[in-house]
Amino acid sequence: MIFLMDNNGFKGRDIISIRDFSKKDLLYLLSIAKRMEQSPDTSLLNNKIASLLFFEPSTRTRLSFDSAFKKLGGKTIGFAQAEVTSVKKGETLWDTIKMVEQYSDVIIMRHYIEGAARLAAEAASIPVLNAGDGANQHPTQTLLDLYTILKEKGTLEGLNIGFLGDLKYGRTVHSLAIALSHFNAKMFFISPKALSMPKDYLDELKGKNIKFTEAEDVAEVSKQLDVLYVTRIQKERFADALEYEKYKNAYKLDKSLLKISKKDLIIMHPLPRVGEINPELDDTKNAVYFRQAGNGIPVRQALLALVLGKIK
Amino acid sequence: MKQAIKKELKVPAIKEGTVIDHIPSRVTFKVMRILDLKEFEHPISVALNLKSKSMGHKGIIKVGSRFLTEDEVNKIAILAPNATVNIIKGYGVKEKINVQLPDKVINIIKCSNPNCITNQEKVKTHFSIINKAPLKVICRHCERVMEESDITLI
Ligand SMILES: [Zn+2]
Repeated sequence: MIFLMDNNGFKGRDIISIRDFSKKDLLYLLSIAKRMEQSPDTSLLNNKIASLLFFEPSTRTRLSFDSAFKKLGGKTIGFAQAEVTSVKKGETLWDTIKMVEQYSDVIIMRHYIEGAARLAAEAASIPVLNAGDGANQHPTQTLLDLYTILKEKGTLEGLNIGFLGDLKYGRTVHSLAIALSHFNAKMFFISPKALSMPKDYLDELKGKNIKFTEAEDVAEVSKQLDVLYVTRIQKERFADALEYEKYKNAYKLDKSLLKISKKDLIIMHPLPRVGEINPELDDTKNAVYFRQAGNGIPVRQALLALVLGKIK
Repeated sequence: MKQAIKKELKVPAIKEGTVIDHIPSRVTFKVMRILDLKEFEHPISVALNLKSKSMGHKGIIKVGSRFLTEDEVNKIAILAPNATVNIIKGYGVKEKINVQLPDKVINIIKCSNPNCITNQEKVKTHFSIINKAPLKVICRHCERVMEESDITLI
């Protein structure tokens, strides 16, 4: 039994969905990420090869994984878009994975089809990390969000977390809310009615006894927030241009927000932003979104080292 | 009540086979489709809109010389979670099974998400039942949550 607990069962494991993580898994992973950041081992992944299979382009995610793996001494192979692959020649994903697993120790995959990552994991005998599957999951984003909150606030327990923007389609919001439900967070969903949190997710949170409030204006709840997680709001999502005009400015944050917030509020954003956060906030101590992106490196390093069995 | 059922089962009597009872009337033909009886040569009787104390209206299917696989019983449970399957031998009810929703169903439900990998490649679908009544299932691949009204079978 003790042997099974070694490495918390991460060795050989696929990282597909945030739903696959228990609270214990999350805390263990975040502790390893901290170790990676504080004392990096540049030879940890010597002689290991990662395949980066990006069927859909995502430069930032690909570079982050590439950098994370190479900083630990590993090598990467792969492609950055589907045009150059055998997929265009009609090969199934299943067959592509069966081929690629012969060449590498771990697969990091982004795909435009939902569920592609789970299928790749079913096909592969080596670990698969999901770097985004369509509108479904992007677990490493959620994990780096958690790591950022833990680092900035010193705890994940019992925080008041605001989510602002497009909560209907925003998968980062959905996944982070699910992850934070392990930590007794109180949640504030701030959005136009047309872009509010889907009922399935609210039902799931209710089922877990998570307290939440819905609001349309950040000013209604800002005084209570420890964290404000902002997402892009896109004009195309509104059926009615007038409707968009009505909300546009309510979701453009600037320094006036700080006057109606806790002093130690942190503002997060998965980036890229399109105007919902005024750059005048960038050099305030509240803005953590650039550091948040950087936190992707230790978190991805921790995952890769764990699934490759390099952390004991 | 018990006697009433017995009477119904007898007309028309089957010597050996299966009687599926307590099917919601509206899904009775869908249940027929699960059994794939197109080429079947033995007697089949179907009754719809029968009065039922517990359900209002119900359907019954009787099939001679045919017994169900576990897979078929699971499929029926998805469409008709309160159905009973009576196994008939020697003109009598040999065994009565209350169908039960399994926790997981493999390659039975079709995912309603057109952009799901299971609708793009030839792979088995895999659904977990997250709520039995009202029925709610989640696709293991794309994580789409589907309610009873979204569910179609493969
Ligand atoms: Zn699906």
